[in-house]
Amino acid sequence: MSPSTDTDGLSGRKLRERFPLAALILERLVLSIILLFAVSLLIFVGLQALPGDFASTYLGQSATPQAIANIRDQLGLNQPLLSRYLSWLGHAMVGDFGTSWASQNSVGEQIGLRLGNSLFLAGFAALISVPLAVGLGMLSVHFRNRLPDKIINIVSLAAISLPEFFIGYLLIMFFAVKFGVATFPATVYAEMSLYDRLQAIALPTATLVLVVLAHMMRMTRAAILSVMSSAYMETAELKGLSAFRSIVRHAAPNALAPIINVVALNLAYLVVGVVVVEVVFVYPGMGQYMVDAVTVRDMPVVQACGLIFAAVYILLNMVADILAIVANPRLRHPR
Amino acid sequence: MRLREIPITAWIGIAGILLALFCAIFAPWIAPHGETEVVGEVWAPADGQFYFGLDNLGRDILSRLIYGARTTLFVALGATLISFSLGIVLSFTAAVSRGPIDTVLSRFNDLMMSIPTLIFALVVLAVLPQSIFILILVMAVLDSTRVYRLGRAVALDVAVMEFVEAAKLRGEGRVWIIFREILPNTLSPLLAEFGLRFAFAILFLSTLSFLGLGIQPPAADWGGMVKDNKDGIIFGISAALVPGGAIAALAICVNLVVDWLLKRTSSLKGGRGDA
Repeated sequence: MSPSTDTDGLSGRKLRERFPLAALILERLVLSIILLFAVSLLIFVGLQALPGDFASTYLGQSATPQAIANIRDQLGLNQPLLSRYLSWLGHAMVGDFGTSWASQNSVGEQIGLRLGNSLFLAGFAALISVPLAVGLGMLSVHFRNRLPDKIINIVSLAAISLPEFFIGYLLIMFFAVKFGVATFPATVYAEMSLYDRLQAIALPTATLVLVVLAHMMRMTRAAILSVMSSAYMETAELKGLSAFRSIVRHAAPNALAPIINVVALNLAYLVVGVVVVEVVFVYPGMGQYMVDAVTVRDMPVVQACGLIFAAVYILLNMVADILAIVANPRLRHPR
Repeated sequence: MRLREIPITAWIGIAGILLALFCAIFAPWIAPHGETEVVGEVWAPADGQFYFGLDNLGRDILSRLIYGARTTLFVALGATLISFSLGIVLSFTAAVSRGPIDTVLSRFNDLMMSIPTLIFALVVLAVLPQSIFILILVMAVLDSTRVYRLGRAVALDVAVMEFVEAAKLRGEGRVWIIFREILPNTLSPLLAEFGLRFAFAILFLSTLSFLGLGIQPPAADWGGMVKDNKDGIIFGISAALVPGGAIAALAICVNLVVDWLLKRTSSLKGGRGDA
């Protein structure tokens, strides 16, 4: 990165003018870090402000006042909020999220096992859906307002209206039950070979792909269309450039940033979509873990999962913004 | 606006929404059986008496679908209405007053939006007691962040226009400016957004119910019905797909209407040359 990373005071402005790209990226990085802290504060402190007492939640309804007092002591609920938050955050930074109330297991250990599974599923779905969505979006622009575009439009409109679990069960019904070509539930374990693992996650991946594909494609189409209808594309056409040249030289550099944005936005969505899909396919990932914890009100697990999901989401959005900044020709070649 | 100009797809959407509304309003009169009444064997297949078969406890799926329309529509509509009122009042206040009020509200909104909606809902619902009104409120508050963002953007466009300036110089108060000057001029994009949020609310409620955190049994609700019957799928029993299909159909219908509204809005914008 450029020297503007370690500057402050007077020279800051000058460097900002000389390296607008680096300054923007730095700004975005700092913003994300602040956001992450604010989110952790919201998840930890905000929850305490809501009605409902942690200690009575922990013990259930049959709690005596004495038992509640004991538990408050044991869980450290009697200490001031700020010190509890700081100690939680300090431990969370090194991957220690305490012990689960329900199972007494280490939360960090469980997450270590499950986070990889979730990322594997989401990553694999992204690998398939991104090229497919961008390709279909371009196809749709190419046939704009003609039959293929209209068909893609109607089908994708229908697809974004389908709930994830409905798509999941439809796939199970047809591919696992009727034809028997896929496995359900999608169990994976550590010693599994890559091939077996891919086979196990075929249906969850297909579900995720279908869920994000329509969104991503519609947004890609809109992004490309807005570039194609801009004045410089008309100029390129009027000065006699071939369609191919005008797309490669003029449209593509400008369309790149919005497309990257669309992709990253949907990857962030994928991370959330994983929750429902994991529950449908009984897949041992973060989403399943979090939903189970919410049902039994296992707060350390809920907070840890919430923080991690939010962090991944914020991270992906940040990467999207930074890539969009880098891909923007106007910022890359400052005057 | 002439009725003939409404495209066929929008008519399909309107018909679907009206059908669901009809079921919701007249549920006790048109449902052949009771909401929680056990009428036969577990997962009995569809026949002439039970058009969609029976569910995991032997209750009539069609009847539960009709009653479920009531819960699903009521909660989704309630959440959307509250989220809209909240989002629009806050965003318009921010757009009209600018300055610190705007900054604080907008930054807080950014913070809320930086946590995915479903994750946020899961975290909050883990603490709050389970009740239908809390569910509506949580959905509404989370959704209002999206309304706020759009509302602020469109209101900022209108707030700089001459007639708003004139109203300010005339000495009108903030409430007048928000409701008499800005709101009427932003109604059409907001209407499309309302539809979009409503479709989202239906899907979101169904997802929460499916995860076991939304409507609690024995009350019928489409997402919950999928959850109740999901174990039948492995045995090739399609009982879970019927309510799932109902959710999808309703969401598609709402989206068809929204699609038309959006197109109408954008063409209006071009025609008038303002906005």
